[in-house]
Amino acid sequence: MGSIEFLGKQLELDADGNLKNMTDWNEEIAIELAKVEGIEKLTERHWMVINFMRKEFEDKGDAPSIRKLTKESGVNTKEFYQLFPKGPVKKAARIAGLPKPKGCI
Amino acid sequence: MPEPIEKVSIIISRGSLEGVYPGLLMANGARMEGIEATLFFTFFGLDAIIDKRMDHLKVATVGNPAMHMPTLLGALPGMSAFATKMMSKEMEKIDIPPVREFIEMIHDAGGELYACKATVDMFHLKESDFCKQVDGIISIGEFYEKSAGAQIIFT
Repeated sequence: MGSIEFLGKQLELDADGNLKNMTDWNEEIAIELAKVEGIEKLTERHWMVINFMRKEFEDKGDAPSIRKLTKESGVNTKEFYQLFPKGPVKKAARIAGLPKPKGCI
Repeated sequence: MPEPIEKVSIIISRGSLEGVYPGLLMANGARMEGIEATLFFTFFGLDAIIDKRMDHLKVATVGNPAMHMPTLLGALPGMSAFATKMMSKEMEKIDIPPVREFIEMIHDAGGELYACKATVDMFHLKESDFCKQVDGIISIGEFYEKSAGAQIIFT
């Protein structure tokens, strides 16, 4: 549904506004995606979440539940909400170049 | 475009396992979407935040036609414990946490939890009876004040 231009490259987006092709994603793109979400700088802690999400997605085909993420990524619930304010799971998935998570939890 | 929901106030009025979970799921789901969430526990719903009881909530096997279990069978000793075990197992499989962990999760996510003063008085409860995530004991009037601008959901 639309596209977005980053670093001189036109990237296709899906109906939710997430990257359509996971292969378009790289760390520079993530930094740009984060800016769109209002996160000026991706810290080491943000990357812990992003990398964990991408790994889970590769293994399971969907983003992890918030419970799994906050238990296993090294970032707890409180910090997760601080790192990605206003809709942390959706936001983190978008920055990680993944489709919108399907789970309810 | 309709306005997105910014804030929800969820009332949990029942104390069975299946009575408590829908409200917890809705509250957690709201926080995950960046929606403010307030939980108000009233009547038997208070069991979900009473420190000594919250780990022992049970599925009701009597009086619930959707259990598809004859009433007399549901009344047998151990039946409720069995149904509770089964449900807890299924929930664990899809990563729904036990009540205490769920309450902590919602609290850490910025959700607010309140106990209903009328019920607290009726059951002669004290602040120290509640788990530490509870933000306070409030009157119904205060509940409505805190719910300004929120969608109120009764469960």
